[in-house]
Amino acid sequence: MHAPLLSARPRLRPAASRRRLVYGAGLVVAALALTGCSPAGTGPKASTEAIESDGKLTLYAGRDEALIAPLIEQFTEDTGIEVEARYGPSAELNALLLEEGEKTPAQVFLSQDAGALGSLANNDLVAKIPADLADSIPADYTSTDASWIGVTGRARVIAYDGKKFTEDEVPDTVDELTDAGWKGKVGFPPGNASFQSFVTAYRVLEGEMAAESWVKGISENAPVLTEKNGATLDLVDAGQLELALINHYYWYEKAAEVGADNMRAQLKFLPGDPGGIVNVSGAAILKQAAGDPDALAFIEYLVSEKGQQYFVDKTFEYPLLPGIDAPKGLPTLESLANTGFDLADLDSLEKTQELLAQYGLL
Amino acid sequence: MSGLNEPPTSVPEPNSTSSSRRPPRPLLLLAVLACLLASIPLIYLLVRVGGSGLDDVVRVLGRPRVPRLLLNTVTLAAAVTASTVLLGVPTAFLLARARLRWRSLWVVLAALPLAVPSYLAAYGWLAAAPTLQGFWPSWFVLTLVSVPYVSLPVTAALRAGTSGLDDVARTLGRGPWRAFWLGTWPQVRPATLAGALLVCLYVLADFGGVALFRFPVLTTAIQQAYGASFNRNYAAILATVLVLLALLVVLGEQTARGRAQRQFGAVSGVATRRIVRLGRWSAPALLLLVAVPVLAVGVPVAELFVRLFEAETLRALDLANLGQALLNTLALSAGGAVIAVALALPIGALAARYRGRLVRSIESAGYLALGLPGIVVGLSLVFFSLSVVPALYQTAAVLAFAYGVLFMPKAIGAIRTSIGQVPTSLEDVARTLGYGRLQTWWLVTARLARPGIGAAALLVMVTAMKELPATLLLRPTGTDTLAVELWARTDVSAYGAAAPYAAALILVAAVPAFLLSGAGRARTDGTPA
Repeated sequence: MHAPLLSARPRLRPAASRRRLVYGAGLVVAALALTGCSPAGTGPKASTEAIESDGKLTLYAGRDEALIAPLIEQFTEDTGIEVEARYGPSAELNALLLEEGEKTPAQVFLSQDAGALGSLANNDLVAKIPADLADSIPADYTSTDASWIGVTGRARVIAYDGKKFTEDEVPDTVDELTDAGWKGKVGFPPGNASFQSFVTAYRVLEGEMAAESWVKGISENAPVLTEKNGATLDLVDAGQLELALINHYYWYEKAAEVGADNMRAQLKFLPGDPGGIVNVSGAAILKQAAGDPDALAFIEYLVSEKGQQYFVDKTFEYPLLPGIDAPKGLPTLESLANTGFDLADLDSLEKTQELLAQYGLL
Repeated sequence: MSGLNEPPTSVPEPNSTSSSRRPPRPLLLLAVLACLLASIPLIYLLVRVGGSGLDDVVRVLGRPRVPRLLLNTVTLAAAVTASTVLLGVPTAFLLARARLRWRSLWVVLAALPLAVPSYLAAYGWLAAAPTLQGFWPSWFVLTLVSVPYVSLPVTAALRAGTSGLDDVARTLGRGPWRAFWLGTWPQVRPATLAGALLVCLYVLADFGGVALFRFPVLTTAIQQAYGASFNRNYAAILATVLVLLALLVVLGEQTARGRAQRQFGAVSGVATRRIVRLGRWSAPALLLLVAVPVLAVGVPVAELFVRLFEAETLRALDLANLGQALLNTLALSAGGAVIAVALALPIGALAARYRGRLVRSIESAGYLALGLPGIVVGLSLVFFSLSVVPALYQTAAVLAFAYGVLFMPKAIGAIRTSIGQVPTSLEDVARTLGYGRLQTWWLVTARLARPGIGAAALLVMVTAMKELPATLLLRPTGTDTLAVELWARTDVSAYGAAAPYAAALILVAAVPAFLLSGAGRARTDGTPA
């Protein structure tokens, strides 16, 4: 279909994996048969009609290629399933999937944030994750109705300028950030999904009144508004901003690029505070790929021990599968506040956006 | 106004655009078709906005932040447009009319900023001076990279024009500035306006540059709306506001261009060009010629090279991957250029030869897509290709078509001007010799207008190479262009790894920029207008 000049990059070892493919497909079909017998049909639309594996998978990956490509390569090696991955920012891919609707060539969407997955579910574009698989992730960190599955967790943190402050001088609750002393010194990306789910969490944990007064307070405290988490961290690291509200793993990504010793920015975790909640990244099977064994195999791989360990080692995110240790130096997942509430809930997200818009932040 | 446009000599009007003649039906049909294709993004927006209720629209527009976004957008667009004209016209005058050593070098340098995407220029400046943010840096960088949109067409107009009318004004006792104003300015005004129009629309739609400097405008808000609200209607409403702004700009340019659009270049007898000695103006003139390219290209490129030669970068460089991305970029942007020119030809031909409300509407509608952010155009073509040609979805064909639609407006001006400069009398002669309409068009008009058409294609190509948002949405899965590779690397703050791709992008885009400068040609009437 494409002109040869424009064709995709060379596939990964096509011939060698043919035999593995057969085994892989066999395994997957077996697994599928099992799930078919298990009480997976509890959800309203749990579709497990046996589609045969074609050994190919089209993935929309809303995460960085450099981080995800090696994982996919490993997956292909282990299962023989070829993956055609389309990389893009989660938000753009989400917009793309909404536009494509049921005509999408994608079978699986791997998303940076839960909100995008929630919006697909809201538009009835996803297939249910089989119950046994969905149940492998603790309920706090995945969808409430198995419409998608949580893959990794990232903590909200305060990144601070390590040359200006010691860790003790940095507030351990976001409430202090509305104090006059921090005027003009706090930056965050108000349009970013992870920032918005923190505000949602604030509303759920502390109540609407408190949340509104926080948003009002911070909006009147001359905040530095940015577009992205990474760029906000860069500001702190360059000494141009005192504090930034971001996700923890951006610091580790940057440290991997420039060396941890060269990082001027430092992180402060906020256990127990709504400002320190855990957001999840996740994956969904698109509706027209319901029951596709290749899609299922990939989801299984993401939340397998091997897949989860990969994220721990490479992206320094929290594994969500019980029994895998968090990256060294991070507070435990249990110590961080959790709303017990579906942060992908769109009606709630809309309220958060109204609130931010009301105070001129959006 | 008409006084300025009427030269004091009685010049025959070889190109009297025939408002009396009606456009031939096939041409009109083709132009309408091209215009419809170019309007796909607008139709899509209407569908989306139509999908949201009136109260949605009121609520979105009533947000406290919206007036500020609107003000920022308008101020930035106006400021950048004004400054590109103030820098571009004198630059063009120097290139076309001043005694310069190494003229070809200066001409090439003047075109080079075209090769630098706004996001790269912004990135380079941020790397050099990390504290830059807000309005002024956005204005500064966007001005730098957009000056060629004005300086190139004005240079071409000056070269095609005459200084004879200035001389007439001087003999009638006017000072040199006044004489320039009376004699030369009317000749370059259409080219200046056309360039300013492109700059203004470009600024309205630009996202990359302003986002890096954290200057909130409508495009950043649109991107944000796609980013987190998952409410596509909100984004569509903001994009519609942007289209309305673009419409105002296009109509403004049409009004300013006025009715009398004389083609002095073809006037025989007065087509002399006096070359000015710079004298004590040499130093400031050289400063102007050097400053823009150095600030627009030199600083970001230097910043890149520092990173490029860090050992780790070179070790990690995957040459095959870089080569593939380069080929993809070339092939896709060339395809886009062909499609853009095919779409722009009937519209440009119509606008060059005929007047009337219909012709004006077709031309303005053709321009509007340029005022839209790439993500909106990209999504509209996802929607369109899936419903009309699903077999072609996510193929190179649709992406090239997207480039064509996105950047066709850049081709319209150049084509309109170059066709307008072909004397209709030549066509009449061909007709009386028994050539058919098509034959005449092909053998006379198209042949004479060829340099302008080529320039239009180059301009589209150089822009398409830098395009990112629509590319991300529409490219065939697994096909990467240089801009996509660059994005993938800057997003993980792996700036070092991004450097080779950025350097390749600037280098490859410099080729059409070089050709556009016309430095390689003896006659340079082909630069875009």
